[in-house]
Amino acid sequence: MTQAASAPVLLVGPLLLFMAAFYAFPVLAMLARSVTDPHPTLANFAHLAGDGVFLHVFGTTLRTAFIVTAGTLFLGYPVALALSRMRPTAATITLVIVLLPFWTSVLVRSYAWMVLLGRRGLINEALRALDLIDAPLRLLNTPLAVNLAMIHILLPYMILPIASVLRQIDPSLPRAAAGMGATPWGAFRQVVLPLSMPGALAGTLLVFVLSLGFYITPALVGGPRDLMLSQLIAQQVDLLNWPYAACLSVTLLAATLVLLGATQVLPGVRGAFRLGTR
Amino acid sequence: MDGGLSPIAATRLGRGASVSLVDLEKRFEGVGAVRGISLEIASGEFLTLLGPSGSGKTTTLMMIAGFETPSGGDIAIDRASVVGVPPHRRNIGMVFQNYALFPHLTVAENIAFPLKQRGVDRGTRAVRVKEALALVRLPGYEARYPRQLSGGQQQRVALARAIVFQPRLLLMDEPLGALDKQLRESLQLEMRRLHADLGITFVYVTHDQEEALTMSDRIAVVNEGRIAQLGAPEALYDRPCDRFVASFLGESNFLTGTVRGMETGVVVAECAGAVLRGVAPQALAAGAAVTLSTRPERMRFADALPAAPGNRLRATVTEAVFAGERCRYLLRAEDGTMLVVKEPSSATTRRRAVGEVAELAWPVADTVVV
Repeated sequence: MTQAASAPVLLVGPLLLFMAAFYAFPVLAMLARSVTDPHPTLANFAHLAGDGVFLHVFGTTLRTAFIVTAGTLFLGYPVALALSRMRPTAATITLVIVLLPFWTSVLVRSYAWMVLLGRRGLINEALRALDLIDAPLRLLNTPLAVNLAMIHILLPYMILPIASVLRQIDPSLPRAAAGMGATPWGAFRQVVLPLSMPGALAGTLLVFVLSLGFYITPALVGGPRDLMLSQLIAQQVDLLNWPYAACLSVTLLAATLVLLGATQVLPGVRGAFRLGTR
Repeated sequence: MDGGLSPIAATRLGRGASVSLVDLEKRFEGVGAVRGISLEIASGEFLTLLGPSGSGKTTTLMMIAGFETPSGGDIAIDRASVVGVPPHRRNIGMVFQNYALFPHLTVAENIAFPLKQRGVDRGTRAVRVKEALALVRLPGYEARYPRQLSGGQQQRVALARAIVFQPRLLLMDEPLGALDKQLRESLQLEMRRLHADLGITFVYVTHDQEEALTMSDRIAVVNEGRIAQLGAPEALYDRPCDRFVASFLGESNFLTGTVRGMETGVVVAECAGAVLRGVAPQALAAGAAVTLSTRPERMRFADALPAAPGNRLRATVTEAVFAGERCRYLLRAEDGTMLVVKEPSSATTRRRAVGEVAELAWPVADTVVV
């Protein structure tokens, strides 16, 4: 091997070794337990299929991921559209505002929601002061709180890819559409929207996959009856129930990989979010 | 095509829209881009707005299309003001500089786009798309995507899309700017043919004087937000009204001097140590400063002509370049004025050597006051 060809290997080598020792090995060892503990078997997974707790948690996780993805798409697309139409200065300021929560820790943002939604939180106190309610509403530790907080936290992941694609659309295209008789809505629906689909799909996938594995926010603002998959895994690890935790982890990983795989295979979605280079 | 008119063309013959611009103005943040343009464009005319970049020609076109709102003045299409009418209700065809083809649609879908907006049914759309493609000489390209076409082909698709809905006015913003010279020349001829076939009004924006001269019925030379001169290509070329037009539209030699007197429409002036005559649009007072302009290809070496009436001037050859179809000489007159002379080449013409003193001769009719 020439020096030039071996250089890249040498450069990434240390990181590869680190990852293998402290990430790949523990993860694989953990995953292996799902089929080897207590003895080589698939019984753990068979058990999972009939496990009411697991099915409830998996359902909650999927439902939350869907609601959060739909919420961020619905709220994020218009913001991305506005961003793409602003003058440079206004766009920069708006982008900073969008990114601000990005630079704040998820923990801090989740606590902020606790302050807002608590029994004696800002919302309840305000409603009481206005004499709209007598007793505080139960807002914290509900699915509503989880959905709200996660939508807020994950919004930038939806806005950024959409805005980036929208900004690459040649401004003469909607203009040409108008010149050919398309109404503003017609130009958007027939030209801008289809051309922005790659961004919307990328954002959707990103938010959905992140939602599936979300832990801190549901743990802090969610209710005890609405556990998400990652919470259940943590709980089982605490109970030292390793085979069960491993099975759950494999399920989460598989769901994520199936989604990523689908984006590589489905026509139209390909190219929208392609792993690797073009 | 067999020379007969296509159905799109036949229905449109002689039915172009008239456009009138009245004191049109556009300011961007206080800075005037268009500063009072008035222009009557006749039905079926091929009018070119010619000017350097930043002259306001594109802004004027964008205001006619409705993409920019005038800061002052009026735009009327077929005598009805369109100021305040959104672009999608103006029914104007437009070809953009970068073609603006929709990348996610096929050629057929691109061309059908304006028809779809007008509620034309699917069957009719297919027929009209086919017809438009034939008109721009791209038959059979329906299923391709824009990225699969060359620049020239994309340009034709953009053109087909702009005319398929039978607009009475077609606006074009430097549509040939991105193409190479040969393709540009062949498309120029095609635009002319298309204009003749369709009979609709063309308003064409370019900074390329050759393009303007080749295609237009009339040219409006735009400079600094105003029309410097308006006229037929020959008139503009032969009788430029000022120095800007004379140098922007083709090449010119300028000779400055003082007026001696007038002779029925002709000024007599002392320039570069000689007495020269030039066509003057108005009388000039004796003693006033004057600039005479002559095209390089209208000047000749006096000794090569059988009889050389008109203006004569002695000058020294400082540079001689053989450029195939012609020889290009650079000469210095006695007062230091530099002159360019383009002489058609032939095997029998004597080449002038650098340093040679020669007498130039050219007709008074080819000399104008600018």
